[in-house]
Amino acid sequence: MFRKKFPITKPPQEPSPESPAQPASADPSEAGVKTARRDFLKAGGMLSMSSLMGTAALMTMSDDAKAATEWAEHFQGNYRLMTAAEKAEARARLERRHSAEYGKKVTVDGTEAQPGVLMGYALNVRKCIGCRRCVHACVEENNQSRGTRPGEKIEWIQVLRMERGEFSKEKMKQGYPEGLGIQVGGNAYTPVGQVLEGQYHYAPEAVPEKDATYMPIACMQCEKPPCVKVCPVRTTYREPDGVVVIDYNWCIGCRMCMSACPYWARRMNLTTPVLPKEDMNPVTHYLGNRPRMRGVVEKCHWCLQRTRQGRYPACVEVCPVGARKFGNLLDPASEVSVILARKNVFRLKADLNTFPKFFYFYD
Amino acid sequence: MHKLINFASDYMCYALKGGTKFYAWMGFLAVLIAYALYGFYLQNTEGQIVTGLTSQIHDGLYLANLVFLVGVAAGAVTIVFPAYVSHNKAMHEVTVLGEMLAISAVLMVMLFVFAHMGRPDRLWHMIPYIGIYNMPGSMLAWDVLVLNGYLLLNFTCAFYYLYAKYTGSEVNKKVFMPLVYISIVWALSIHTVTAFMIATMPARPMWFHSMMPIRFIMTAFAAGPCLIILIFLIIRKNTRMWIQDEAIQLLSTIITWCLGIALFLTMSEIVVELYARTEHANGLYYLMFGLHGLTGLVPWFWSALAFMIIAFVMFLVPAIRTHPKWLPVACVLAFAGIWIEKGMGLIVPGFIPTPIGEVTEYYPTLIEVGVTLGNWALGFFILTILLKGAIGILIGEVKYQGGATKSNDVTGSGKTVAYEAS
Repeated sequence: MFRKKFPITKPPQEPSPESPAQPASADPSEAGVKTARRDFLKAGGMLSMSSLMGTAALMTMSDDAKAATEWAEHFQGNYRLMTAAEKAEARARLERRHSAEYGKKVTVDGTEAQPGVLMGYALNVRKCIGCRRCVHACVEENNQSRGTRPGEKIEWIQVLRMERGEFSKEKMKQGYPEGLGIQVGGNAYTPVGQVLEGQYHYAPEAVPEKDATYMPIACMQCEKPPCVKVCPVRTTYREPDGVVVIDYNWCIGCRMCMSACPYWARRMNLTTPVLPKEDMNPVTHYLGNRPRMRGVVEKCHWCLQRTRQGRYPACVEVCPVGARKFGNLLDPASEVSVILARKNVFRLKADLNTFPKFFYFYD
Repeated sequence: MHKLINFASDYMCYALKGGTKFYAWMGFLAVLIAYALYGFYLQNTEGQIVTGLTSQIHDGLYLANLVFLVGVAAGAVTIVFPAYVSHNKAMHEVTVLGEMLAISAVLMVMLFVFAHMGRPDRLWHMIPYIGIYNMPGSMLAWDVLVLNGYLLLNFTCAFYYLYAKYTGSEVNKKVFMPLVYISIVWALSIHTVTAFMIATMPARPMWFHSMMPIRFIMTAFAAGPCLIILIFLIIRKNTRMWIQDEAIQLLSTIITWCLGIALFLTMSEIVVELYARTEHANGLYYLMFGLHGLTGLVPWFWSALAFMIIAFVMFLVPAIRTHPKWLPVACVLAFAGIWIEKGMGLIVPGFIPTPIGEVTEYYPTLIEVGVTLGNWALGFFILTILLKGAIGILIGEVKYQGGATKSNDVTGSGKTVAYEAS
């Protein structure tokens, strides 16, 4: 039912050379290896260190899959600059390692951005009830670390709870001189209207709470992302369909992107993520929810493993009130396009010229 | 080539021989270095969870010391500039010592880069051609470029000069002087770029102002010479090299001016930010008075300010500035004040509150403190070796003699043999 709601428009002309050939989920033992080898031979003289190491690791098929693949991973290049063969190889390598690690068949998808698609997101701030189902669905879908120590618990979505303040009539005359005798009204320092100081640590008995509104935030997938600009190794970049992604294998953990992000969307894996085997989501994307490693930065990627297959992000799917909308901004008939055209829409921190593709609206 | 090998071996032989005091000092540093290695091992097996860093405050002691030490490195120019541009003779005699300090400071910066990275094993990703070097977009990439360039320049200038002295040949001025002038401008660039690195992020309003580069340079030209004066006084006391009073006096004059301007800039920032007291001033307000009941940095800020003001007053008074006992006290106060101001007082409150308004505090762990101390120790270890060898050559105890070199113990109580510039 959800699949029908978000049809990705595929213009017939110029199919991307790489995208159609990619299997949605390569089987580590069969398809991935075969593709890798065939593409490798096809690629001829291109003998980068990574392909040599990777192919060696795949061909030996040693029992110690983890050690062999991890060794090869150390020498692989930046994902964006890899050839199709190298990409397939890198993914097959990860599939082998993760399958062994988590004791189930893990797939690492590599579906590329499709032409004619620019992903966009719209959130109805009036509808949100602050239940945080999106936060938890996101953690489960995207294999975030869920330990108990402070650095081990990672959530990509924060639902900010904002109080409604009031301007009371009784206080009007209760003025007092402040500082150098400047007269201040009784309502001067009282919160009024919607207080834009959010708090995401809240434990309500029931939602929605009286006197509170909610403002969920996550990565805004900026069109002019400050994080991409500051990255010294270009490990984080904007994909052609608008999503800002991270090649976790290329990240050096310098955290410049975290300093540069005005939305506090990025998280650091301070230690090896705590991801129980039984809770691990085996359907992954290379630039998306595949398990991360120690010392790298991660963030929301609009569930690339789902959205590139024409599905909704987990947060959109789980939202009980339909506050979250997702679609193709280049398709005038898509839900987000209609919202942008007809509703009252705003972007967060628009003054910083980051041009988010995450929009807020109200009816 | 034969001469070069001799130079290296004589240099090291001379630098590594010393009295009890010397070995005790080096041993003490070695212990700290060993602890830092342990901390570094933990960071790269368990991860940076062993530090006090969080996703809210993800840069702490390491970045703070990195920024400060870039300033110390740049501070060496306070010797090079008077020596070669104003032709100050007293300074000219000790230029090499300043350059050695710059080399050690840049090496310390690199150590802190290693400690700061989440994945230091992947640093090769930054090497052009093998990896990707995000130029000109990334300020961090520019910083790496200027720091490495500065290291190379100082290394070349210092060791070329010493080598010429060692072999008794003349310095080729056509090669040497352009390098010196480039290194003077380059010194300004390293601190400017480091300031740009953190000042170009509107996400962090506390850092987002154009005063940052000049403030960095002023504090650098105060903190750098403070350390240099302290080192000079130690050299005067413990080696046969005599550093002229004139050099030290010129440095303390430079400190006076730069510290004064630095204090003025601090005051300007406080007035501009707190007069309007917008949300963007929250970081500074947290630093000065605390926010939402969290006051972790308040004592740091006020002690730094007190140190700097007291030091400034002391430097202003000529009797104290030239007093052999009070001058080092003023230097230590200024150095400590600037270290706090540019370390804990600049980097940490940049993250408080976070861009979404969360106020948390930063508590460095023992491991983090240990790695920091160990990095400083390794820097001083290198600095001691570099300075000792350089002094040996400058006072003529290490000379090219076709293989055989006499080497004397210099760390004894050898008193003040006046050094005459040859």
